[in-house]
Amino acid sequence: MVDELLFFMEVLVGGLLAGTMYSLVALGFVLIFKASATFNFSQGAMVFFSVLAFCGFMQDFNIPFVLAFILAALLMVVVGLCTERLVLRPLMNASEDTVLMATIGLGYVLEGLAQAAWGVEVRRLDLGIGDFPVPWIADNLKLFISALDITAGLVAAIMIIGLFLLFKYTKIGLGLRAVADDAGAASSIGIPLKHIMLLVWSAAGVVALVAGCMWGARAGVQFALVDLALKALPVLIIGGFSSIPGAIIGGLIIGAVEKVLEVYIGPFFGGAIEGWAPYVLAIFFLLYRPEGLFGEKIIRRV
Amino acid sequence: MKPVFMTYTKKDLINLAVCMVLSVLVIPTFITTEYWYTSILIPWLCLALATIGQQIVMGYTGQLALGAAGFMAAGAFAMFNLILRVPDLGFVGSLIVSGLIAAAFGILFGLPSLKVRGIYLMVATLASQFFIIWMIDKFGWFKNYDSSGIITAQDIVILGKPFTTPLAMYFVCLAVTTVLTLLAMNMARGSTGRNWMAVRDMDIAAESMGVSLLRTKVQAFAISAFYCGVAGALFAFCYLKSLEPVAFDIKLSFKILFMCILGGLGTINGAFIGAAFILLFPVLLNAIGNNVFHGAIDATIISSIEQVIFGGLMIIFMIYEPLGMAKLWENLKVSIKSKLSSAGTKSLKSSAQKSE
Repeated sequence: MVDELLFFMEVLVGGLLAGTMYSLVALGFVLIFKASATFNFSQGAMVFFSVLAFCGFMQDFNIPFVLAFILAALLMVVVGLCTERLVLRPLMNASEDTVLMATIGLGYVLEGLAQAAWGVEVRRLDLGIGDFPVPWIADNLKLFISALDITAGLVAAIMIIGLFLLFKYTKIGLGLRAVADDAGAASSIGIPLKHIMLLVWSAAGVVALVAGCMWGARAGVQFALVDLALKALPVLIIGGFSSIPGAIIGGLIIGAVEKVLEVYIGPFFGGAIEGWAPYVLAIFFLLYRPEGLFGEKIIRRV
Repeated sequence: MKPVFMTYTKKDLINLAVCMVLSVLVIPTFITTEYWYTSILIPWLCLALATIGQQIVMGYTGQLALGAAGFMAAGAFAMFNLILRVPDLGFVGSLIVSGLIAAAFGILFGLPSLKVRGIYLMVATLASQFFIIWMIDKFGWFKNYDSSGIITAQDIVILGKPFTTPLAMYFVCLAVTTVLTLLAMNMARGSTGRNWMAVRDMDIAAESMGVSLLRTKVQAFAISAFYCGVAGALFAFCYLKSLEPVAFDIKLSFKILFMCILGGLGTINGAFIGAAFILLFPVLLNAIGNNVFHGAIDATIISSIEQVIFGGLMIIFMIYEPLGMAKLWENLKVSIKSKLSSAGTKSLKSSAQKSE
């Protein structure tokens, strides 16, 4: 009985921590949605692009770790700049769906560019943090929890607290919220829309880079990261598109539910149900609470 | 324009006649290499059919769906099982029933569209994509307990005659595509299509005008999935000649989405233009790579460049012409016509002046 309970706890904690990895990807979506009410479908591609560039700088040019990270972050700022100038500004007055489709295109461009520049083979990314159980926890609590999972959880927590404070208490955050609420009104009272957009897209790029590092350290830096990032979509639906705490809670729910289902129900169906379980969970959430747990209620006017 | 035959105008009938002459008489006499049939014409027809399905739900009804390949997989594997287990049904019967099975999935996964729209609906339809592929993959019955993962498709036999040569398969695809395209045009022009478009343009207004949202949306999803199912069955039996769930992954869904959007949302001919572009462009790019650069550029780089160009085009079209290539074609026709007619009036005027 105790063993079973311990095993359940282990599955649950593992799932929760893995869920924070989804949260990290979802965070980038939320940032852009919160500040511009556009849904950036290319966030997954940005994760792939940024971490592949990071790996490329380190492995092909032998640039040290920290410098490579800064370079990759700068590259994401450039991507943000180009996106703002070439994609978002011309589409300022277009409908939501049009912008969404344009970001799907943007995702394709980023994936293609990354592969053209750095090749298609899987790269290993070594952060110096092992993906194996921490001995101290294994000895004292009898839970096998990977060090990488714990790091990802900590990083996610720090980023979320930081962004939350930024949005809530700084002048920039106030500007971001104003733009999200009504871009026209915000620009008419003198909030520089261009700078706000650039800032948000750069921040989302850096968040993508961090998320990519975590995923890359676990699964290798490869194209499959883009598909993994798709799983951030159900996270967003559960947490709400415009809520930073929602992204983390949604990630935790998805991570825990998919692991528990996979371990306890999966074997009856031949496994691999974690491929679709999050999406079905998202559908049920949509039917009862379309705005998500923490999202703002969607009001459509005729 | 007055309808000449049923709801078709004279212009439609001329277009149809030209297309039929081209596809039935001109193509088979001038194109003799098998490559064109097996690698370009057959997949073009199949994917154009799937794109029409995507058009119905996305272009006409305005519901952002991203699960076309899932429904194609459902159709393809339904076809395989029907031919295997119910041989009396025949090829055409199986094709229709497998389309209907895909339509049942379409109804099931289209139901969330009643509650949500936009990106939310996209996520809900992603569930169908992943669920259908997983289901086929994990339950051996669908694959007739074949462990190799790739199943050879049965030969196509219609009324006791085998259709196994590329040319014969091309005709099978052509016949199915023609019938379904005409049907789609009819639906789009009739009250069904008007309801779809009313829902697309403003669902609340449509509802207050007495259009049932439930009926219209579910109908659109069902018909769309039917088209995708039939297209998937043809895709597997005429083009791939094998069945594997991996062939219908999310990438194919995105490809069909691109065909639909680049071709032109809410147009039937856009489906054909978009499918042709997405299929032919990589061929062209490879040819350039081989002939101009003599293979100096790696094949993976060429496919990356192709991805960049598709994505870039998507952005450019969204900015400058959200109605896609079909609209460009329309604009071209109009400008040529106006030039011709202005030239015509000029010559008339000059001749009139001369006669004075």
